[in-house]
Amino acid sequence: MPKLLGLRCRECGAEYPLQATHVCEMCFGPLDAVYDYASLKKVVTRERIESGPKSIWRYRDLLPVEESTPVVTLGEGFTPLVKADRLGHQLGLRNLYLKNDSMNPTNSFKDRVVSVAISWARSQGFETMACASTGNLANAVAAYSARAGLECFVFIPVDLEPQKVVSIGVFDPNLVAVRGTYDDVNRLCSQLVESTPWAFCNINIRPFYAEGSKTLTFETAEQLGWKLPDEIIIPVASGCQFVRHRQAVRELIDFGLVRGDSVPALTGAQALGCSPVYNAFKSDEPEKVMPVKPNTIARSIAIGNPSDGIYVNRIALETGGVVEAVTEEEIVDAMRLLARTEGIFTETAGGVTIGVLTKLARAGRWRGDETVVAYVTGHGLKTADVLASANGHGRRVEIDPTLKSFREKVNL
Amino acid sequence: MPRFRIPGPLRRLSNGEITVEVGGADLGSAIVALDERYPGFRDRLLDDKGDLRQFVNVYLNDEDVRLGSGLSEKVKEGDEISIVPAVAGG
Repeated sequence: MPKLLGLRCRECGAEYPLQATHVCEMCFGPLDAVYDYASLKKVVTRERIESGPKSIWRYRDLLPVEESTPVVTLGEGFTPLVKADRLGHQLGLRNLYLKNDSMNPTNSFKDRVVSVAISWARSQGFETMACASTGNLANAVAAYSARAGLECFVFIPVDLEPQKVVSIGVFDPNLVAVRGTYDDVNRLCSQLVESTPWAFCNINIRPFYAEGSKTLTFETAEQLGWKLPDEIIIPVASGCQFVRHRQAVRELIDFGLVRGDSVPALTGAQALGCSPVYNAFKSDEPEKVMPVKPNTIARSIAIGNPSDGIYVNRIALETGGVVEAVTEEEIVDAMRLLARTEGIFTETAGGVTIGVLTKLARAGRWRGDETVVAYVTGHGLKTADVLASANGHGRRVEIDPTLKSFREKVNL
Repeated sequence: MPRFRIPGPLRRLSNGEITVEVGGADLGSAIVALDERYPGFRDRLLDDKGDLRQFVNVYLNDEDVRLGSGLSEKVKEGDEISIVPAVAGG
């Protein structure tokens, strides 16, 4: 029995068959995958999940890929959930955890969504994968397309960080550098999707792609001993991921997989240099998200016109979370703080998450005993340039290979 | 006259036409003119208050009109107005 029933518009409820489409023809609202929950509830158990592979595919029952469909995998997911005692001590949090998603095959959270998207697309006969990307998605799409032997077109802003371009290019995709911002790239791809037979991960097959995000929250709950935390800090770009975390929480509770039924506060993190969702959250009309021109080092989340922004604010308010934003300086400080205290090197987007965590903790948001989880979604080597300033090498000294020189230059 | 570029999901309204030329001095009046020619566009693009719907992006010569003057953006001969579903990306 197929577990997927179809697609449904999140706004007006119009229903569509399972196909590569992402927009409701009636109201332009987003389409979501609809599962046969009644049947799934009879089979999904903690034991069944725990006996699965150590990857996102242990949650296969709750992903939009049928049992018989071969998946395209590089072992994504089941990344470490690290108890962060040293960072927690600095922030006054005794139960702080970091979900280190930089440990994925291409070093970002995007491997989760791409593994799901390509598995679905290949099963539907697509021969070419594509995406509009700020870098991490293109990296994952290029790698997984290589793995699957599919053609690949990735579209990126022309001024993307060189490290990201290299780590995309090595997989030999068709790499289209667009003279514009990510929002320009996204608009171009939204128009291209109508005239190409390609599966654009984050456009026409977005309803399937987005579902992969849920595994981050499934894992967090499982790794906490099948418990949900009190609050989760999530970086916000389009908001696509944020929305799926709310759905993951709903499924964990409805399926009886977690103890209790309290919903964690879902809190969003943005860079002030690109904070359209935060701007709306702070205004009188949180559901009126106006676009901005991005200008931030947090390139991987620099989306000026976020498609799911209104849902982020709705969910943050519904769950008791907030949306907060940090300066460029706070981003870099947070990257250093995380590295110094926990040994984790994250990219600028992770700096945004940890920066917001730090800002909220110092503003007295928590008593100290709450369980707080921050999603660290990408590796620091992707954006290493931002640290290459005068003191970018930390406490570096240069010496001659003599004991004398060592004693002169190094303060013990 | 400015020219609208119609996205796939709305081409049923325009009898399959991909581009439609209409009159109008600003974006708002061009949408009214488009709706007179092919009824239904106004409801799909504008909400009850007459603002652009949340899930519709409109670009005037590739610039997001929300970053400019919105519906009061001036339009002229040769301009291309692209309607693009906003739900994409990320």
